[in-house]
Amino acid sequence: MTLFFPSLRDKPAAAVAATFLLAAVLIAAPFIVGTMGNAWVRALAFAALYVMLALGLNIVVGFAGLLDLGYIAFYAVGAYMYALLASPHLTSNFPALAAMFPQGFHNSIWMVIPLGAALAAFFGVVLGAPVLKLRGDYLAIVTLGFGEIIRIFLNNLNAPLNFTNGPQGITMIDPVEIAGISFARTLDLGFVKLPSVYLYYYLFLILTVITIIVCIRLQDSRLGRAWMAIREDDIAAKAMGINVRNVKLLAFALGATFGGVSGTMFAAFQGFVSPESFSLMESIIVLAMVVLGGLGHIPGVILGAILLSVFPEVLRHTVVPVQNQLFGHVIIDAEVLRMMLYGLAMVVIMLYRPKGLWPAPEHGVNPSTRGSAKAGAAG
Amino acid sequence: MDTFIQQVINGLVLGSLYALIALGYTMVYGILNLINFAHGDVLMVGALTALSSIVLLKAQFPELPGWILMIAGMVVAIPTCVVTSLVIERVAYRPLRGAPRLAPLITAIGVSIVLQTVAMLIWGRSYMTFPQLLPSDPIEMFGATVTVTKLVVIGLSAVIMIGLMVLVNRSKLGRAMRATAENPRVAGLMGVDPNMVIMITFAIGASLAAVAGVMLAATYSVAHFYMGFMPGLKAFTAAVLGGIGNIPGAMVGGLLLGLIEALGAGYIGELTGGVLGSHYQDVFAFIVLCAVLILRPSGLLGERVADRA
Amino acid sequence: MSAVAADAPVLRAAGVNKRFGGLQALADVGVTIRRGQIYGLIGPNGAGKTTFFNVITGLYTPDSGSFELAGKPYSPSEPHKVAEAGIARTFQNIRLFPEMTALENVMVGRHVRTKATALGAVLRTGSQRAEERAIRARALELLDYVGIRRYADFQARTLAYGDQRRLEIARALATDPKLLALDEPAAGMNATEKLSLRELLSHIRSDGTTILLIEHDVKLVMGLCDRVTVLDYGKIIAEGTPAEVQRDPAVITAYLGGAHAPAPQTIS
Repeated sequence: MTLFFPSLRDKPAAAVAATFLLAAVLIAAPFIVGTMGNAWVRALAFAALYVMLALGLNIVVGFAGLLDLGYIAFYAVGAYMYALLASPHLTSNFPALAAMFPQGFHNSIWMVIPLGAALAAFFGVVLGAPVLKLRGDYLAIVTLGFGEIIRIFLNNLNAPLNFTNGPQGITMIDPVEIAGISFARTLDLGFVKLPSVYLYYYLFLILTVITIIVCIRLQDSRLGRAWMAIREDDIAAKAMGINVRNVKLLAFALGATFGGVSGTMFAAFQGFVSPESFSLMESIIVLAMVVLGGLGHIPGVILGAILLSVFPEVLRHTVVPVQNQLFGHVIIDAEVLRMMLYGLAMVVIMLYRPKGLWPAPEHGVNPSTRGSAKAGAAG
Repeated sequence: MDTFIQQVINGLVLGSLYALIALGYTMVYGILNLINFAHGDVLMVGALTALSSIVLLKAQFPELPGWILMIAGMVVAIPTCVVTSLVIERVAYRPLRGAPRLAPLITAIGVSIVLQTVAMLIWGRSYMTFPQLLPSDPIEMFGATVTVTKLVVIGLSAVIMIGLMVLVNRSKLGRAMRATAENPRVAGLMGVDPNMVIMITFAIGASLAAVAGVMLAATYSVAHFYMGFMPGLKAFTAAVLGGIGNIPGAMVGGLLLGLIEALGAGYIGELTGGVLGSHYQDVFAFIVLCAVLILRPSGLLGERVADRA
Repeated sequence: MSAVAADAPVLRAAGVNKRFGGLQALADVGVTIRRGQIYGLIGPNGAGKTTFFNVITGLYTPDSGSFELAGKPYSPSEPHKVAEAGIARTFQNIRLFPEMTALENVMVGRHVRTKATALGAVLRTGSQRAEERAIRARALELLDYVGIRRYADFQARTLAYGDQRRLEIARALATDPKLLALDEPAAGMNATEKLSLRELLSHIRSDGTTILLIEHDVKLVMGLCDRVTVLDYGKIIAEGTPAEVQRDPAVITAYLGGAHAPAPQTIS
């Protein structure tokens, strides 16, 4: 909590109280929001997923300063990995596999997560190794290219052998299961009933909290400082003994891992994956969340992710009826409006608030204006 | 199965288009060290405005010959693209000239998205047919079949590129452009207004994109709001291939990339024993991009970027 | 601290050649720096001093040359390996990490001598936490040593110029170097600041760290250095104690362009 609001550092009681309050709000959220319909709880669950993605990309773009425009490819890798290992697709297309696994592929997600993470990290290293030495804008374009290549392959690897089922995607993906409880069904605890979407929300919430803790620990470590040093001046960083190439690669691979894990969760939640969900626009949206929120500043990135994932839902539910009221029909489709606002937001924020909505507080005060005050709290 | 000559001709058509678009990228990068991410979408604006005006004219004057409509389309497209491009430069790029590289790239992406959504609003999302304006009877040439449109693309592009080379190398404006590209501050001291030169650079790039957009739509008989993305990306690859900032490089890179793509798509089936088909055509450009950036980042003819130390 | 065989020179470079296109920036340059010395590298602008620096610290690859650090050969091909081997440098134009605090800057200097991994950071193992505490303590110690402890939590870019130079030195010292290589540390300083810098550098020498120094301020060099090499147009034109070098006619000609009576001057 003190990370988010440094002024609370001196008031431990207030910090603890705020934490409990926040926890209570987060736990109660689906019940409050669910009164307007399960679609809103779904939006919350997706918000949590996006927070994880944005934090992963933040390691690459925010901490290490590497502009990755193809980040969604790692999300896709994780998603398809789970889709292939926990759905009827492979067994129905490859009789040899069906013979070997008569029960079909129902690998538990808890087994697939490490596999998905490893595969995503592998791709991260393979993609990153040759290109991380490129200068910023070239790196951006190349990573964009990689993202598109992955999407093209996913779209076309359905002939001659049907691996990915092309544009139709893979359906009937198994839901998450913990201790025999399937997340696809409502859980009846006696005093409260938790529909499937609530279960997923809580799972993602826990994972998000873990992600946040991991990111904070990385940031305040030897590795985190090395990333920041590279971002500020990579020649000086090298002169100080930092193996810039390997450290950048590590950022890339870790970011990829976060993406991969989020991807497996996404596949289980949605029950269905197709190349459409992994377009360039998605990569750009996640980048927008990081940049708009506050590049490199964990609380800012979380804010950016929540705003940019929940806002379109709000838009969808207001813009259409409002237009119908005013004009009798819909002039601007909610989808189009959403995209346009993303674009405008990116331009406006860069022009007027380039550090994002919630940037890291500047630590330290100009020594000459210090007077008798003590030096400001370190961020 | 098309013959080799057929693929070469297709490659030249594609390559000419890439070259025209690549010139826009390379000239802007040479002066500003900025990837004009929205360039492909400027192309789209040109193609779509041309389409609308052609459709309008056709409705009003059904007897007008195709080539007049084509020219009319370009006449409408060029100023539209120039204005769009100049507005983008003024509003989104100029304020960020001193900022770290990340900032203008993000705004450029934002602008690109805004252009696409505006196009979606005006023209809708579906693919639109670009009418066949030039005679479509196939002509036999060197053992391959070409159409008038393809010949026009190759011919017109060649004329434009020669014209550009003359402008850049033999005219006062061209000298000013080259000076600003090498060192804007010193050029300023010599009496060149860098902002004016930058605007002219954007304008030239936009005009080329407009022409390329119309010809692209005419060649493939289709236009839609997303049509600028892929050609834009590939043209950027071509610019890098030839050497970013290097004008002849963009031309060479464009033609070469077109040939690689056409030949690759044509023969990929044979090369991979039927495993990969021609839908992987787009992947070629990306492979070229990665290969160039990793193996020879300064491009074939060497890069020429501004001294912005 | 660093272990150097008592008799082996800390740095021996010989036969270093570097050409940039048509310009021979370094022609058969070499130095031998003994432990505990402050060794000066001087010469007119463009003589190749910073080029030589960049070669021995791995920023440029020489066309030829042999290099030995503390008796062991090293090939200065990658800057981070050079730092690991034991040469730490500062830069002519000050390259701090501007948005990071002074303390964080120095903590980055400890990177090369510490080993916590990503996993250790995430799990906050006992050894990782201990290492972090040690890094922080040592960094504070070094800030104190160079005299800017009170600015520990200030962003590096807000520090006064002279303090930024000190910070850069502190950061370099954090790598526990065998050789501290300073590129014009006194540039832009006034007389008082130069005096304090001189005290700091003497202090560093007496605490056992060897220093290689590029400087334009001849007075500073003469008063501080044990030995000096003079470069001009990429070649060595004199080598010896400051007094010897000062009297060398070739050196006088190089600086003043003609026959002049020898007189120490501050050439800025």
